[in-house]
Amino acid sequence: MSRLVGDTLVMAERNLIRLPRQPDMLLGFTVQPIMFVLLFAYVFGGAIKVEGDYVDFLMPGIIVQSIAFGGFVTALGLCEDLNKGLIDRFRSLPTARAAVLAGRAIADLVTNGLSLVILVVTGVIIGFDFRTGLLEVVAGFGLLLLFGFTSSWVFALIGMNASTPEAANGIGFTLIFPLTFISSAFVPSESLPDVLRFIADVNPITHVVGAVRHFWLGAPAGDFVWASLVWTVVLLGIFVPLSIAKYRKVASK
Amino acid sequence: MTQTHPGPAIEAVGLKKSFGDVHALRGVDLTAEAGTVLGVLGPNGAGKTTVVRILTTLLAPDAGTARVAGIDVVKDPGPLRSKIGLAGQYAAVDENLTGAENLTMFGRLYGDKRPAAKKRAADLLERFRLEAAGDRLVRTYSGGMRRRLDLASALVTEPPVLFLDEPTTGLDPRSRLDLWETIEELVVGGTTVLLTTQYLDEADRLADDIAVIDQGQVIARGTADELKGKVGGDRLDVTFAEVAQAEAAVEPLGAIASETPSVHGTTVRVVLAERQGVVTRAVHALDAKGLEAEDLEIRRPTLDDVFLTLTGRSAVAAESETDGDDVSDDQDRSEVAA
Repeated sequence: MSRLVGDTLVMAERNLIRLPRQPDMLLGFTVQPIMFVLLFAYVFGGAIKVEGDYVDFLMPGIIVQSIAFGGFVTALGLCEDLNKGLIDRFRSLPTARAAVLAGRAIADLVTNGLSLVILVVTGVIIGFDFRTGLLEVVAGFGLLLLFGFTSSWVFALIGMNASTPEAANGIGFTLIFPLTFISSAFVPSESLPDVLRFIADVNPITHVVGAVRHFWLGAPAGDFVWASLVWTVVLLGIFVPLSIAKYRKVASK
Repeated sequence: MTQTHPGPAIEAVGLKKSFGDVHALRGVDLTAEAGTVLGVLGPNGAGKTTVVRILTTLLAPDAGTARVAGIDVVKDPGPLRSKIGLAGQYAAVDENLTGAENLTMFGRLYGDKRPAAKKRAADLLERFRLEAAGDRLVRTYSGGMRRRLDLASALVTEPPVLFLDEPTTGLDPRSRLDLWETIEELVVGGTTVLLTTQYLDEADRLADDIAVIDQGQVIARGTADELKGKVGGDRLDVTFAEVAQAEAAVEPLGAIASETPSVHGTTVRVVLAERQGVVTRAVHALDAKGLEAEDLEIRRPTLDDVFLTLTGRSAVAAESETDGDDVSDDQDRSEVAA
């Protein structure tokens, strides 16, 4: 077990030192979320009717979307490692089996943390306001990081199944993008047509967004908080074993 | 570095592996005594990499058994991994780390603490003449430098058994020689090496024993000299302007050959009975028939010659069977061989 922790930290460190050396990857979780915030707040903001201020409504939604995509670095990185033969080398070492994947997920936690700070600062500049106590605000951040950790394991599986980083990008985008839009992230789910509304109401994104709105804005908790915790546990329970099983068998392309 | 268990350092019996309908290995037996170099020689797609992947625990065989450093590859992959090193044709190092960062990372993944791993990285960089480039990102390295770093990465724990999968494929001649010298130094230190290669000269220079592998089977084994004994001596290739001239030259060139020369397009390939003075004798023999050669070249036997002799097929043809798109400009040769 201590071997797993040590090896995971070595892998996480590796993923983090190489990140600033790929400026194009950095743009993905720094500039891109800011762009989304500004586009939504000022382009759609006037047209979408919500109770209260749209910026307040929007920020939890856009942050959850950004965190849901946070695992992209993992998918692209794993796919690249596979194509370059690095995974073969890692697998030939007496290294804990889960360390390569767990190291990715831990590194994503750090980059997600960075994205979160950038997004919240941007939000505050354009008028977002926390309406709850420190404890609730922190709980919101904790839930977001946990959700990001889950997303990393989903993307790990995508990355190992894609033939190229471009394919990983395509698969990830096609899966996650609709999921973030057919939810209450950007519009109230009541405003959606029946079928989409049904999808939105069971969508984990809706639950996480609802929970964050509860923690940060004092919106009613409803089922959101416990449902988002159940979702993360269920998703981790599915994707951690699947990803590790895939890693044990995966062959360099 | 030296071996502590009895028996061969590498011993594989009846290895079989299929990928769907493709039978990559059809029962491969290999043995390498401790401290020796076993060369696994074959064209692309022969199954060389599959052998390496099985012996380094990356892939489970469908049938057969293998022990490396006395440890069962299938039953005890965990303990085995700390006794082997793997380096290969893909130069599997992280391009966005420096050379020193790569080696330190691999050392720590083998279980070393950071200071010990850093010290070891510095030693290896010096030994592989990379100390000046140690703090540069690997993406700025030349192909030869990457291969050296790749090899260094496989040696962070001084493993008793080293697997080199086509270590010089794609390298320029100077880097190739360079890497050969490095591998030779390792072997002097007592490491057992399994080396796969497509090049007879590489196996000839580095390997104590050679196993020739084709379509997932070992079709010949022995020392380089024994193999060359089977393949015959040096070759003289005589090229003419026209096919008809080449065909007419078979008879006169037979005088200097150990077997009937073969025609490959406009080239006549002569297996030489002896090397002394053959060019003069060949020119005289051709002159007597009024034939004028465009080009004469004496060369050492190649993998292609080994294949022609052992299988009746050219290695180039064997490659195009598996790869399809990899038919080179040697097309005419493969047709004759097929």
